[in-house]
Amino acid sequence: MDVITLSRLQFAITTIYHFLFVPLSLGLSLLVAILSTIYLKNGNIVYKRLAKLFGKLFIISFAMGVVTGIVQEFHFGMNWSEYSRFMGDIFGAPLALEALSAFFLESVFLGVWIFGEDRLPKKVHCLSIWLVALGSNLSSFWILVANSFMQHPVGYVINNGRAEMTDFFALITNPYVFGQFAHVMTSGIVTAGILVVAVSAYKLLCGENVKIFKTGIRAGAIYAAIGLFAVMGSGHLHTQYIGSAQPMKLSAMEALWNDADPAPFTLYATINTQKEENENAIEIPYALSFMLHNSPNGEVKGIKTLQNDIQREYGYDDYVPHVTLLFWSFRIMLACGGLMLLMMLVTLYMSFTNRLSEYNTVWLRLLGLSIFLPFIANTVGWYIAEGGRQPWMVTGLQKVSDAVSQNITSTEVWISLIGFTVIYALLAAAALFVAVKIVRQDVTEGSGL
Amino acid sequence: MDLQVVWFILVTVLFIGFFFLEGFDYGVGILLPFAAKTDDERRMFINSIGPVWDGNEVWMITAGGALFAAFPHVYATMFSMLYMALFLMLMGLIVRGVAFEFRGKHDTACWHNLWDWLIFIGSFLPAFLWGVAVTNLMKGFMINSDKIYMGTFWDLLSLYTIVGGITFVLVFAFHGLTFLSLKIDKKSPIMPRLRFGGTCLGGTAAIFYLFCVALTGIYTDVYKSSSCLGLLLLAAVVFVLAIIARRQDRCGAAFIGSALAVAFTTIGVFVGLFPRILISTMNPEWSLTITNASSSPYTLSIMTVAALIFVPLILIYQGWTYWIFRKRITTNDLKH
Repeated sequence: MDVITLSRLQFAITTIYHFLFVPLSLGLSLLVAILSTIYLKNGNIVYKRLAKLFGKLFIISFAMGVVTGIVQEFHFGMNWSEYSRFMGDIFGAPLALEALSAFFLESVFLGVWIFGEDRLPKKVHCLSIWLVALGSNLSSFWILVANSFMQHPVGYVINNGRAEMTDFFALITNPYVFGQFAHVMTSGIVTAGILVVAVSAYKLLCGENVKIFKTGIRAGAIYAAIGLFAVMGSGHLHTQYIGSAQPMKLSAMEALWNDADPAPFTLYATINTQKEENENAIEIPYALSFMLHNSPNGEVKGIKTLQNDIQREYGYDDYVPHVTLLFWSFRIMLACGGLMLLMMLVTLYMSFTNRLSEYNTVWLRLLGLSIFLPFIANTVGWYIAEGGRQPWMVTGLQKVSDAVSQNITSTEVWISLIGFTVIYALLAAAALFVAVKIVRQDVTEGSGL
Repeated sequence: MDLQVVWFILVTVLFIGFFFLEGFDYGVGILLPFAAKTDDERRMFINSIGPVWDGNEVWMITAGGALFAAFPHVYATMFSMLYMALFLMLMGLIVRGVAFEFRGKHDTACWHNLWDWLIFIGSFLPAFLWGVAVTNLMKGFMINSDKIYMGTFWDLLSLYTIVGGITFVLVFAFHGLTFLSLKIDKKSPIMPRLRFGGTCLGGTAAIFYLFCVALTGIYTDVYKSSSCLGLLLLAAVVFVLAIIARRQDRCGAAFIGSALAVAFTTIGVFVGLFPRILISTMNPEWSLTITNASSSPYTLSIMTVAALIFVPLILIYQGWTYWIFRKRITTNDLKH
């Protein structure tokens, strides 16, 4: 394999891995802050216990996110140095701002939060976890500013053979950022909410501290349900925006080969990328037009047309991303989202009508298993964002093949690829081991954090 | 003043912050398996940097981010050039970062031992590699007219740069020792050990430091700037004073001494490089300088405003955390 393929593989593996922890940390930091504040207000020990337990899990997730995040920062220079050269004038600024405004905040105050409980007034201690939550979510905003430029460049000029920033405000008010940020942040809320529900369900199944974990399930389900409505709303608006900003990404997600008006939404199809057509398709008529244009009619351009259009503008090449993977990723994401929402609404109904108890073993087991759903949805969702951008590194400005470092060899990338993969696998095992230990501990015993 | 010069200074400041702060927590990690005998002692070592190490590490991430934002060509050339070195460093930083959180979560000697050694490796390796990197920065690289590195990983290793690596490890270890001397309970049996170790370790570090300063004169041109040589020698003097202060149990003075030695060294190196950042050994014209490698004036001005807002804030709240956790650590603190 060549340097480009290996570097792409390495970036894909390390990003997907990093992104398992990012949404979880975003949502958990906020949730722990909320739980701590409730305890501060009403003094109910149940909330303190929940904040402690999920605070410990947050610390694990945060540590994993930090160490895998440094790898991502270094990658831009190590494997994608021609990208850094071409884009540094624009990309470096949000990255540096992320460090200055967010990384310091979250890291410093996480230390204060973990070690400061006995040394600080309660309110200051609680404020520190809010600052961690602010830092975490702010950092995702900055990195998404950078990513949004790659998806949809704004506020720049091509000068001295590179992209140079001309309007910082255009960069941070890129309409693309708001769709992405809202979607990522709310998916974090969903991920954390589901984790709380799943862990609480497990504890109820064990018959431990029923009172605490009934509250846990309810709090988690409320949090997740709010997140799910927001994630779907923001996802809907963002998809509409992608329809105008990155029509190729959208049509590839839909495996829509030919122009259509009205366009149907395809539920299932065998995609034949050779013949550029779908077989055995099950479609909902008008649905895609409706999703994009809020009206049953409205044109959606097909992949073939878009390929010709882009080729006319940028020269001969294959501008079609991986249609099959995108098509199924999108459907898996929607299915996970729908299933989670259904489960959360049922759980809330049961909880508020006092039908949920530690004896609903079947339902509790299902809730325990639901822990996988947000992670699957996050992974395929992020794949859609990045896979749908191919073959561009920066849409319309630089292709992935032009972005790779010129001086690194495939042997070097093989070594690092294997190294990262092995260490990430070992870390996953260690993190899981530690997380399971934390979950199994009796929450009422000891005081320890 | 020219914004490119401002950013050269700011990058220097970020590296001073990084080497000063991470310097001592790398040092604590390097000393951990040797200077702390029992599990309690090791926990005291780890707790001395527990609340702060993560914030310290952000100085390195920010220095990297600032290089990317202000001198993208330097970031691109340097990070791809140091590919294997940075890969190894990342492996170290990964295991180190999680080790602090994972170690205490399972109570067996075997588990603790595993993470203690990983903390050691994760502290030793980055310290060594930064030494190799900094000496290479002064020595220069085979960079062609397109700012692309033409050498291999092995070209980065030579007598000079390996001495540089060892020097960094020893100096950081001593810096960590002076930090621990301020953080560990005075009655702890660790203290006499640190006192004796300070002299041996500090002495060895000083010898390597001077050897490295001498080799710098042979292998590099940075002494064309006499202030560079002056700063490095000043650092050596302060370092020796720190060793003496540590012997006399004036721990505060010792820590300030080792901190100043780290700071003077960093300033000296950057002064010697100025206005170059990456020196080309193939042709001086091909070196990456603050003018041919920088971002546009617009980006630099945006970043300057951001730095002026955030750096003072960071100094205030990070300083505040050191104030909260200023107390010496006793075995009693380990109960929870």
